[in-house]
Amino acid sequence: MDAILIQLLNGLDKGAAYALIALGLTLVFGTLGVVNFAHGALFMLGAFCAVTFQKILTISVKVVDPSITFFTAYKEQPYLEIWFGDVGLAIIDYAVPLSIFMAIPVMLLIGLVMERGLIRHFYKRTHAEQILVTFGLAIVIQEVIRHFFGANPIPTPAPDIVSSSAAIGSWLGLSENLVYPWWRLIYLAFSALIITSVFAFLQLTTFGMIVRAGMFDRQMVGFLGIDVQRKFTIVFGLAAVVAGLAGVMYAPILPPDYHMGMDFLVLSFVVVVVGGMGSLGGAVAAGFLLGILQSFASMTVITELVPGIDQVIIYLVAVIVLLTRPRGLMGRKGVMED
Amino acid sequence: MSDNTKDQNTISRRNMLKTSAALAAAPMFFTKGAYAKDFTNNPGNSSTVTLGFNVPQTGAYADEGADELRAFKLAVKHLNGKGDGGLMNTMKPMNLKGNGILGKKVVYVTGDTQTKSDAARASAKRMIEKDGVIMFSGGSSSGVAIAVQSLAQEAGVIFMAGLTHSNDTTGKDKRRYGFRHFFNAKMTGSALGPVLKEEMGISRNAYHLTSDYTWGWTQEESIKETTEALGWNTTATVRTPVGAGDFSQFITPILNSGADTLILNHYGKDMINSLTQSVQFGLRDKLVNGKQFEIIVPLYSRLMAQGAGENLQGILGTTNWDWQLRDEGSKAFVKSFGTEYGFPPSMAAHTCYVQTLLYANACENAGTFYPPEVIRQLEGFKFDGMGNGETEYRAEDHQCFKDVLVVRGKQNPSSQFDLLDIVKEVPRSEVEYDASIFGGNLGPYKV
Repeated sequence: MDAILIQLLNGLDKGAAYALIALGLTLVFGTLGVVNFAHGALFMLGAFCAVTFQKILTISVKVVDPSITFFTAYKEQPYLEIWFGDVGLAIIDYAVPLSIFMAIPVMLLIGLVMERGLIRHFYKRTHAEQILVTFGLAIVIQEVIRHFFGANPIPTPAPDIVSSSAAIGSWLGLSENLVYPWWRLIYLAFSALIITSVFAFLQLTTFGMIVRAGMFDRQMVGFLGIDVQRKFTIVFGLAAVVAGLAGVMYAPILPPDYHMGMDFLVLSFVVVVVGGMGSLGGAVAAGFLLGILQSFASMTVITELVPGIDQVIIYLVAVIVLLTRPRGLMGRKGVMED
Repeated sequence: MSDNTKDQNTISRRNMLKTSAALAAAPMFFTKGAYAKDFTNNPGNSSTVTLGFNVPQTGAYADEGADELRAFKLAVKHLNGKGDGGLMNTMKPMNLKGNGILGKKVVYVTGDTQTKSDAARASAKRMIEKDGVIMFSGGSSSGVAIAVQSLAQEAGVIFMAGLTHSNDTTGKDKRRYGFRHFFNAKMTGSALGPVLKEEMGISRNAYHLTSDYTWGWTQEESIKETTEALGWNTTATVRTPVGAGDFSQFITPILNSGADTLILNHYGKDMINSLTQSVQFGLRDKLVNGKQFEIIVPLYSRLMAQGAGENLQGILGTTNWDWQLRDEGSKAFVKSFGTEYGFPPSMAAHTCYVQTLLYANACENAGTFYPPEVIRQLEGFKFDGMGNGETEYRAEDHQCFKDVLVVRGKQNPSSQFDLLDIVKEVPRSEVEYDASIFGGNLGPYKV
């Protein structure tokens, strides 16, 4: 029971990350018709917003170690600590959650610049060309980050108060060994909040209604005198913000490095395809479904029965789904069928 | 008619005898340096000799590769008689003169292994076939080292391995044309064992998470052998895919396994991620069967420690070399490297620098670049003054034997580079083993 519960949590957690990235991918594909392979890079840029914010908060005075003579060895003391003592240290401790406030405008700006500067020139090109150019863009973004931050992962810890594990087993009257990191639970709740917010935005606002209408029939909305293109540009920015926020919150789980976006990108595309191209609900459902399946497949009892199943389960499910439901779980007729 | 035939036969026989005698006597006239053009990339009368530095310049180990490249460039500078000479001031015995190698100025080419065996092999092939390197070196992965070592043997060009820790490199996959200065997993186990016994006792349940490739397998095998000899029980050995990122599905089963020790046979990014996540799952706060849960990272590097941050504090492991060593060789290298680049060298940089000097010195000793002769000079070569005390390149498997460092993640670092405490310098005699235990065949001198 303990093992099943903990793998369920693992799966939800993993699925939340897949769902958040896939949601942004689907938004962009559904509105602009662009297959954006640079979306993983946006996730990575979000994580580096947390890294950058942490670096800003920890700008330090360098206390040089005089015993080292051939190079400069120093211990850093952040200015925030010098100026504000414990309060300064507490602000540094909360660098990751606070960096959300920096990430939102930064990611929105990056998304808008990306769409206006490059993506829009490829709207009428083939999907293959879109994939090539966005993949190239992802590599460029990666290398820029590697140039400035190096190739090694950068530790970006969660606040101390949530750096330990929650005693879920004790709460539920199960084994005391059943614990789960607080930050992963927070990530799960945060993901749920973001996904709900995106759906609420699309369902409950006039802007969302226009976007949904545009996704259904772009030409007709245009005939009504609405500048759909402009709305879609904003949607691209929103998708960048969603990917960025997913990255920010994932930074304490996986110390960010320049390649982390690529690691998620391929899986997220599988999630989009399984969910159904252009289906937001499908992307979210498939994200959680595949996350949970992957997690259960990695249980020792399963891997002993079928070695390596944890590595291929996602692709296996994708094959089965596409064979039985060629449009994916919730795919719409006519999308990418030309 | 018959006379003519007889005469012709007689002359022919005499000529044949002369020719045979000349051929039989020919090797006696060979002297050092007189091997003509019968080996790959013979520099001949050229005023320069080209070395190849094949390191990861992109990918997960790019930072380590960059440090290796810095060390190679420094070694070339010193070989050509520039700079402060570095370890050429402390190496004993040494035949280097600061005028290149055998009077030829050393030049170099670089390649990018991308930490992928196929890319590394392609890059090394290009160096051999297009750039004409007489020796190549580098690497931050055992998979890569083993792949290019085979190529070296096929091509007849010596490979002086950089960072590679798998037992297989100088074990079942050893090659006559491959040499490793770096230590290996077997030596890590031998060095770590006594310290584990002293600090954690003889009754523990160990759970292994292991990178699923040659290095991970051999490290798991060696550490398991060591801990089981101490009396520890191995609860489970779980293989994890390289670059898994999220290790939560591998960490959660540990919670209920009854294990009180986690051994992470991971390196680089995998180690940083698995350790960070293990700490997040509260493993280090757990008490199991009245014992504090412990995590061990058998192979450490300073560059890796920077990525793991506070999570590495207090955790035991081993390392090939550390800039804080106080012997004359280490001090000379840190001074030279630190002055040149403004920060201390990593263990990967150290091993690459030393390998370059060792190769150059072997050529000087041999008086030729002819690989079989250079190999014979390296085999069984004993030296000192390069850090890690008295060292020997064992002839049987081309593995260097020297002191090994047991280290611990530092609790209160005094600077950004002061990340490891040296717990023990384990003498070479305690990490030596029989060369035959891993099998393998070096192969021929002449290819």
